[in-house]
Amino acid sequence: MIRLLVRRLLTGLATVFFIVTATFLAVHWVPGDPLLQDKGQAPEVRAQLIHEYGLDQPLGVQYGVYLRKLARGDFGISFTQQNRSVNDIIREHFPVSATLGLLALALATLGGILLGSISALRRGRAADQATRLAVILGISVPSFVFAAILQYGVSELNQRAGMTVLPVGGWGTAAHLLLPSLVLGLGTLAFLTRLMRSSLLEVITQDHVRTARAKGLSERQVFWSHQLRNALLPVITTLGPAVAALTTGGFVVESVFAIPGLGRYFVQAVQQLDYTVILGLTVFYGTFLVLMVVAIDLVYAWVDPRIRWEHHG
Amino acid sequence: MSQEPPQLNGMKATDITSFFVLGHTQEGLTRIDANGKPSPGVARSWELSDHGAVFHLRNEARWSDGQPITARDFVYAWRTVLQPRTASSFAFLLFPVRNAQAISEGKLDASKLGVSAPDDHTLKVEFERPCAYFLGLTSAAITYPIREDIHRRFGDKYGADANQMIFSGPFLLSSWIHGASLKMTRNPHYWNRAAIRLDAIEVPAITPDTNAKFNFFKDRKVDLIDTLGRDDLLKATQQGYKLRPFADGSVLFLAFNFRAGRATRNLNLRKALAAVFDPSEYVQRVVTIPGTQPGLGLVPRWMQGHRARFRDEHRLEPRRPDFAAAKRYLEAARRELGGRIPPLTWLTGDTAQGAREAEYFQQAFRRHLGITLHIDKQIFKQRLAKMNQGRFDIASSVWGPDYNDPLTFVELATAWNAANRGQYRNAEVDQKVRAAQVTADPARRLELLAQAEAIALDELAFLPTHERTVMWMTQPWLKNVIRHPIGPDPDLTQASIVSTGGRGP
Repeated sequence: MIRLLVRRLLTGLATVFFIVTATFLAVHWVPGDPLLQDKGQAPEVRAQLIHEYGLDQPLGVQYGVYLRKLARGDFGISFTQQNRSVNDIIREHFPVSATLGLLALALATLGGILLGSISALRRGRAADQATRLAVILGISVPSFVFAAILQYGVSELNQRAGMTVLPVGGWGTAAHLLLPSLVLGLGTLAFLTRLMRSSLLEVITQDHVRTARAKGLSERQVFWSHQLRNALLPVITTLGPAVAALTTGGFVVESVFAIPGLGRYFVQAVQQLDYTVILGLTVFYGTFLVLMVVAIDLVYAWVDPRIRWEHHG
Repeated sequence: MSQEPPQLNGMKATDITSFFVLGHTQEGLTRIDANGKPSPGVARSWELSDHGAVFHLRNEARWSDGQPITARDFVYAWRTVLQPRTASSFAFLLFPVRNAQAISEGKLDASKLGVSAPDDHTLKVEFERPCAYFLGLTSAAITYPIREDIHRRFGDKYGADANQMIFSGPFLLSSWIHGASLKMTRNPHYWNRAAIRLDAIEVPAITPDTNAKFNFFKDRKVDLIDTLGRDDLLKATQQGYKLRPFADGSVLFLAFNFRAGRATRNLNLRKALAAVFDPSEYVQRVVTIPGTQPGLGLVPRWMQGHRARFRDEHRLEPRRPDFAAAKRYLEAARRELGGRIPPLTWLTGDTAQGAREAEYFQQAFRRHLGITLHIDKQIFKQRLAKMNQGRFDIASSVWGPDYNDPLTFVELATAWNAANRGQYRNAEVDQKVRAAQVTADPARRLELLAQAEAIALDELAFLPTHERTVMWMTQPWLKNVIRHPIGPDPDLTQASIVSTGGRGP
């Protein structure tokens, strides 16, 4: 178990290093630089800023400086918000994205397992048909459409009611979480429902399930201890990337519902070519994703004993 | 609000969101009044001459911690702004002050700046050259006073958060949750607090999504939308909201590229392109915002001249399409360019409106001149990079005024202006603008600027397309909102909430 962990972490580190290098080169090769301004700048002003941010150094030197700072956990200062560090941006905005993401994930996972199971157990019947239709909608309709429709609906509702039944957006109270986490989790919910359904359908027909029934277990016991547990494996595998994807912020959801999450900073940074923010957030996301994959590997090993044996051998 | 202020350090701010917040939480020597004229701010009176100015500060002006605002706070601020280390983009506004430019170039120490505080309530300014519009500059964000102790305490973090700054204006920033919300509340120490009728200005949400803003308005969470998206206009009308036009002061124009090897260097080609352009039709069919004015000169119609509006004192003939003349110009251009006109590249932003504008010209040039136009849509920084590097033939451009004087527009045509991205060069234009900068007589000065503008327009350095108007709306209970082309906009310092029987915010 320990060896598996160490090996996975080392590969993860290499992956992150690769991400840093590739992103560093990519942002610097894009035409333009973050200090350009619409109105133009006096040459002295520009020269001073270029010097402050070290852009007057050769690219190799800049890369070295960046790596040294990174090793100390310093992501540098933003180019667009010249008095805020990228560390501050992550510290202030990641918790927002994470709260929203975890809630969305909880909705998606519980809903996905529930709907997927119902759909598989009632295969071919009305409940299954309805779920499958909903899944197709959930996967194919982009989140900005859902977000816009929901928000419009709520603003109509509030207007009719003459009071704020649900906030149309913003941040601060639990009520602010409901709509955005629903929209954010919807795609994953649909995907997990489909995955759970097909996975369960496969398990249902397997030998050990028949054996379980043959030795006289009740349908309920068969489902809980023999079908569900096995059918969950593929769902768990996808949870790692899903956690990372949902908690690192959705630009669309954050924009529409005016939520101060990381996703918006990331997209703005790309538009503004804010080197340090793009790099910092990419490295942060990358590391987070890698850690999630490792974590899921461990959970997987715990749920499926066959994996433990393989690596112990 | 579409985005949050990148920072609230007045010396470094360059964007309208920051100017809006700063304009309500800080105050300079003067403020812009409802008519766009400077009115007393921290200074209660002043004397101006060709050589300098003396400002008399009011005794009752206070910082938000109750300490008096003194002339020393201005001296400190202006010296700091001009230091090269500060790298302030708008420092050039102070160049009329003696030695300012030399200090900003690192040639002189900041203590040599022509500004002094003989006592706590007198600020003396010496000019490098006569400056007719100096009073208008004293409400700009870079001229706000700065408290040395506070600025030094927070250093590079000054203005990064609500508790890392101090306020001299009618409101103070009581909370700023990055990316989420802002709240400004009445400053209890503001000298003119009795005139402020709003208890607080809240920005409950920050999002670039125009649809979302609209829904916030509908839900009465916001009382004002300063700019409606083109697609929201119809929706707003259907909902029965009253839309109001606001000419925001910006002029939109095409910048031609004059760099070596560019076909657009050829005057006859530029004349041919301009001759097929119909500003009125363009405004009606492409821009489509009611109230938009077709392009005329570099200096827009609203700008004040000597006694009347500058455009009324220095008239320009409206441009009309002339297809026969276009053909002649095109023939001449073809001869001069060696028999064929190469395809031209049009550089624009990645917005839907930018694309619509480009497509209009693409069609007009193809149909009337047989010229192919390639449209190069770029996101913000890449577009700027290409403009600076000269990788375009025609760049669709916009210029908003930095201060209240025609010079802010005419200077675009000079060799030294960093925003002259087509690198148009004309020694006569440069010489006339230089002369205007040192001329004290206002009528003569504006005459020189008008001559410089006329030369640049005759040579088609730029082709003005329109003067921008935006549509905006407020809830019926919000009154007396002022819109300014220059300075903090929208201005809520005189606004009030009146009871309409409905639900207030």
